[in-house]
Amino acid sequence: MPLLAKANQIDSVPRTPAWMLNLFWLALILACYPINRLLEANLNDYLYLVLTRICLNIVLATSLNLINGITGQFSLGHAGFMAVGAYTCGTFLQHYVGVGWNPIAAALLFVIVGGLLAAVAGLIVGVPALRLRGDYLAIATLGFGEIIYIVIRSTESIGPFKIGSAAGLDGIPKVTTFFWAATAAIITVVCVWRLAYSAKGKAFAAIREDEVAAAAMGINTTFYKVTAFVIGAFFAGVAGGLYGALDQTIDPEQFRFTRSIEIVALVVLGGTGSITGVVLAAIVLMILSEALRDLKGVTHVDLRLIVYALLLIITMLLRPQGLMGAKEIFRSRRKRNLSQPAPAA
Amino acid sequence: MPLLELQNVCVQFGGLRAVSDFNFTLDQGELVGLIGPNGAGKTTAFNVTTGVYRPSAGTVRLAGQSIAGQKTFKINRAGIARTFQNVRLFANMSVLDNVLVGFNKSLTQSLTSTILRAPIHQREDRQFEDQAIELLQTMNLADKAYAAAGSLPYGDQRRLEIARALATRPKILLLDEPAAGMNPREKAELMQLIRFIRDQFQVGIWLIEHDMKLVMTICERITVLDHGEIIAVGTPAKVQSDPAVIEAYLGEPA
Repeated sequence: MPLLAKANQIDSVPRTPAWMLNLFWLALILACYPINRLLEANLNDYLYLVLTRICLNIVLATSLNLINGITGQFSLGHAGFMAVGAYTCGTFLQHYVGVGWNPIAAALLFVIVGGLLAAVAGLIVGVPALRLRGDYLAIATLGFGEIIYIVIRSTESIGPFKIGSAAGLDGIPKVTTFFWAATAAIITVVCVWRLAYSAKGKAFAAIREDEVAAAAMGINTTFYKVTAFVIGAFFAGVAGGLYGALDQTIDPEQFRFTRSIEIVALVVLGGTGSITGVVLAAIVLMILSEALRDLKGVTHVDLRLIVYALLLIITMLLRPQGLMGAKEIFRSRRKRNLSQPAPAA
Repeated sequence: MPLLELQNVCVQFGGLRAVSDFNFTLDQGELVGLIGPNGAGKTTAFNVTTGVYRPSAGTVRLAGQSIAGQKTFKINRAGIARTFQNVRLFANMSVLDNVLVGFNKSLTQSLTSTILRAPIHQREDRQFEDQAIELLQTMNLADKAYAAAGSLPYGDQRRLEIARALATRPKILLLDEPAAGMNPREKAELMQLIRFIRDQFQVGIWLIEHDMKLVMTICERITVLDHGEIIAVGTPAKVQSDPAVIEAYLGEPA
């Protein structure tokens, strides 16, 4: 028996076929290769580095947006996931390139391995964290990040793989280019966008809106919350790995909770749940942060965190919903014309 | 075998017995009321049926299968959907998306096919968006499909909550005070709508309501709760004249 007697004809909208969309994104990624060459040739090293970092920031902010913004699970552990990816990728890369592996192939492999290990960490955090809500979850994830930090700081090496304890890990081969970072950013944004704007992915937002009601509507809230953590952690791990292969050196202090808070700031400023808003915030704040670096030369004090904090306070006062609120800058969903008279109920 | 059967169900919070020895049956196509003074345990009875609480004693069966203490989402998937006393919509999501969430259990695509926009994703998203719109048309909400659910007038929000529950294709629909906050005209429409839903969707409806006119008009059978215990069961005419019911509502005769 059908759910309903056939209703009035439903206005239909033409849609771009999926293979075309997939082809478009693939083409865009491939286009980043010549663009990268162009940038390398024409931009000074500093600007090139800033552009690359902006892309990695987009990866971090967008992946956290899936957890915090879209699913509504307040996580302060993103730097921890990043650290897992950065150290996994960094140490393997250093070791295997040292024994003669091709750096590009090794980096591709280990960036993904780093992401996967971070995803496992996401699973480990996600499962117990399910019992916690709001502030309690934030504290638990904060604790997770600190555990990762302390473990790394007190580990000199694991087998033949160097971790470097408090001094950090250096001598990581430089592999990350703008092309790598942009590819990661495109994949992350497309992934999270497609999850958020699909019938199945509506479950994530439903959990944010009202977890009890979501469960009463047949949503397996456990599954979706853990999935959000796992996917978010994966991309954070990828970003971490790429950071290591960009800076060639990583140290545990980089991955403390201030880093997590910086990423949370991106999500809150961009508009919790708005994917384009958070991408925008990642770009704007990176530029701002670099501009403030010059300021340090004048004031001899690092003002960046103070400005970050001030910005958060001002945003919360003037625009508590963030730059974009929950809205997107553009949204491909075509609305149907549904104003024709409905059948009598 | 009744479709939904509660036998000797007790719910105890510490020393407080919210519901004790609760017996109840509901079949497909039935429309049954649950009434009682405030704090009588009506919503607790709903919560124990939908898995929000685990019964301290007793059994809850759906089509002969015990569902007592199962997770809420599993009970919904087994065929019991509900609305809430204080409307609990996904307020910042669109009306259409609220209903789409209800179709979640009908989706067979994996999250990987969602991300890759695989053919099954396209087919299903298209199909269920169509079905969601059909459902909204039936509930006279289609022209507001893209508005935020929280921005709807109260009566529309209540109807949307029912639409969202129906999207999960329930066998049993629990309505917790659906007429609360509605004006007389909306209440009259709601009565028609509840009957229409029962006939059209072939569901059994169990309804908590304080509006006696509504309950007495549409329910075939009524259970009356007071202090967690059933004090009367029967047709509207029978419970209306039951001395225990009158006492519960109005106090002992002087």
